[in-house]
Amino acid sequence: MLTMPALDEGAIGDRERIAADLARLVAPASVIAAPAALKAYESDGLTAYRQPPLVAVLPANTAEVAAVLRYCHQRKLKVVPRGSGTSLSGGALPLADGLLVGLGKLNRVLEIDYDNRCAVVQPGVPNLAISHAVADRGFYYAPDPSSQIACSIGGNVAENSGGVHCLKYGLTTNNLLGLEVVLIDGEIMRVGGRHFDAAGYDLMGILTGSEGLLGVVTEVTVRLLKRPPTARALLAGFASNEAAGEAVAAIIAAGIIPAGMEMMDKPAVAAVEDFVHAGYPLDVEALLIVELDGTAAEVDELMGRVQAIAQGKGATSLRVSQSEQERLTFWAGRKAAFPAVGRISPDYYCMDGTIPRSKLPLVLTRMAEMSERFGLKVANVFHAGDGNLHPLILYDANKPGELDTAERFGGEILKLCVEVGGVLTGEHGVGVEKRDLMPAMFSEVDLAQQMRLKCAFDEHQLLNPGKVFPTLRRCAELGAMHVSRGKLPFPDLPRF
Amino acid sequence: MQRIQPESIQDIVDIVRSHAEARRPLAIEGSGSKSGLGRPVEAETLLSVRGLSGITSYQPDELVLTAWSGTPMREIWDALAEKRQHLAFEPAASALYGSGNEAGTLGGVLASNLSGPRRPSAGAARDHFLGFSAVNGLGEEFKAGGKVVKNVTGYDLPKLLAGSMGTLAVLLEVTVKVLPEPEKQRTVIVPVPDVAAGHRCLTAQLCEAFEIDGAAFLPAAVAARSSVDLVRAPGSALVAMRLTGSPVSVADRCAALRAAIGMPSEELHSMRSQALWAEINELAPLLPAEAGALWRLSVPPASGAKIAIALGQGEDWLMDWGGGRLWVARQDPSVDDASLVRKAVATAGGHATLVRAPDTLRRAIDGFPMEAPLALLKRTKAAFDPHGILNPGRMYREL
Repeated sequence: MLTMPALDEGAIGDRERIAADLARLVAPASVIAAPAALKAYESDGLTAYRQPPLVAVLPANTAEVAAVLRYCHQRKLKVVPRGSGTSLSGGALPLADGLLVGLGKLNRVLEIDYDNRCAVVQPGVPNLAISHAVADRGFYYAPDPSSQIACSIGGNVAENSGGVHCLKYGLTTNNLLGLEVVLIDGEIMRVGGRHFDAAGYDLMGILTGSEGLLGVVTEVTVRLLKRPPTARALLAGFASNEAAGEAVAAIIAAGIIPAGMEMMDKPAVAAVEDFVHAGYPLDVEALLIVELDGTAAEVDELMGRVQAIAQGKGATSLRVSQSEQERLTFWAGRKAAFPAVGRISPDYYCMDGTIPRSKLPLVLTRMAEMSERFGLKVANVFHAGDGNLHPLILYDANKPGELDTAERFGGEILKLCVEVGGVLTGEHGVGVEKRDLMPAMFSEVDLAQQMRLKCAFDEHQLLNPGKVFPTLRRCAELGAMHVSRGKLPFPDLPRF
Repeated sequence: MQRIQPESIQDIVDIVRSHAEARRPLAIEGSGSKSGLGRPVEAETLLSVRGLSGITSYQPDELVLTAWSGTPMREIWDALAEKRQHLAFEPAASALYGSGNEAGTLGGVLASNLSGPRRPSAGAARDHFLGFSAVNGLGEEFKAGGKVVKNVTGYDLPKLLAGSMGTLAVLLEVTVKVLPEPEKQRTVIVPVPDVAAGHRCLTAQLCEAFEIDGAAFLPAAVAARSSVDLVRAPGSALVAMRLTGSPVSVADRCAALRAAIGMPSEELHSMRSQALWAEINELAPLLPAEAGALWRLSVPPASGAKIAIALGQGEDWLMDWGGGRLWVARQDPSVDDASLVRKAVATAGGHATLVRAPDTLRRAIDGFPMEAPLALLKRTKAAFDPHGILNPGRMYREL
């Protein structure tokens, strides 16, 4: 079971006073303290965990965010930032003794600057809304997590979100130009702008993907790309996962970087087809979606080459989208894979490891063995181009012990990812979900180094405590440890 | 300064640890090809990672390469070329930043976040830096990131180490993303009367879907120094726009781009195109080698012409990244002139890095710009190097 930092009983007892204090810093209607209303915030996309916050506050601008954080800093009150609450790793899971800061009211597109090919937006703007705002000029914002209709750009920054097109166009971190961030003491800091590259230390790089542990993002400047004139997608069915995996490797070895390259195994294809009717072939063991974009002639040429490679690797069916409508239908299936699996199982648990692609057959075989051993079925969707695997473990939370079994199964899968040279999370973040698995990938020294960086930003560890790091150490203690490391003065004394 | 070049990780750990315990500073470098970049480091000992060399793993179809930080860039480029891959961020092949005429080491390229003309479309070095192992300022070996192209596990420390100039940790093993090399390239050159006209042309075409992956402006005197005949031929200032990709795609886009420009233009094919972009990347022979002070400015691309007009002297400057990067040689390497450069850039919202200058100026100012509060930068530095022994003062006087 999940252990969280020691409860601040003082804060819990002081809830009404805290709510009253906050009502002086922001509009009183923006402070939520009634238990029934707080239930709306008790969970994010990782629904296995629920915890209503002490108080929720919805600041309306940067100055209010700064005032709220300054208050928390002075009062040593824990803070959990939240965008749209779509995190799949529990990044926005509230704390019983902490404030939840919702950024949903900061939801305006502030400026679109085509000459600099960027947009300045507030953190609560949904990812897809940025692309919509610039679509009439033929531009878009590239990272496209499957939750893009709902997930906020501020949350994307916190999690360094990816999407199905990030093999070619990068993750969030590769598509940002500037951030405004409020630090825990209320200081407002701007990094980057409309120019390229950091001045000195790349703090934007480190804030991106820091899961709300270093600061609260209040403004984001994103890069805009011109939409390619043509995009077409290929559906290629294979008689085995191995053959599909070989086709993926051969496409990349041929020097082709598709805009997207996705793979689904048989259970995932069946679930999706039943839900979306995307026209996926049901008689295949593995299905690839390969999207190519560029000029019409370029797409035609590359599509020919990709089809030939797929055929050479034994594709049993090939279908190229003949219209924009059809291309979007192919993707609609993939993007609905999680809810589709949700229809065939009372609950599912989504994993997010990345592996070297060549290890795919080994990992799938071992996963099938684990599935037998744990007695739980698994469906796989896979960002095949970049090796990011999303096994969906099917379980029923109403059956005693099944959630626990699913979590143990998931943990084994992620340890396997690390064992074959991969990582615990490719795009969903560590959050609370993978926190306790961090030692499978990082040594104590590795983690202490990361925690010391945390301390440089947030000495009292008030921002999103209990996330990412398996054990919390006081910053002073980390400092003391490193000063004497290798030559501890009293090596026999217990240290904790 | 005594130069030591250990050949094992343990030796590096021991050296850093003993210096940390004695609170003695260490200068850190690869081959020293960028020793002119940043402030001179005052230290009795120089620790080179050049002894840790070689590619440890290269899997072309996984798009990753892992090598020791002291591996010469030449070795990396050769290995990639054999598999028709490249580092898409296009680090310069010659020593722009100091002594010696070589490209330096992979660790040095990453530690200085060097990127070339393709940066706006392909990202900087930091965007291709996936993971590393390193020794921090306490002599502790640690790792971060990973050896796969997609990873969000823990803080993205490779981003922070990229461009930190050896002030946070000594890189040991590094993993970078590699990509297929484009099969073909062509460059469209457009003679223009002045920078304002050139910049308008660049901005207009960069807002279209031509996938331009090199967008530069050369003043007339700079174009006249090029080794490429067709670049010298017009005898005027010109705009250069590079297109890369499959042969069919490049030919198509090239024709469409030239039609869209609406002014007379010329095409450079493979060899000429490569030669021009190498010159723009390395600045030789386009800018004088012994200028007073050479600055690298990063500004919002749309502000490029305005800043160029304000700061460009005697046509010893050029503009890259569609206006987003300016190389400016200033005749007077003084502190006052440096302030003038920084002020002009600040009004546009960007930053200026002193790339090459006499030691007097390098010592007198912070060669690197600063955007975050100094106190936070100091705490960040201390999180890795609490005793301040790694390359002290290299980026900032107080760090």
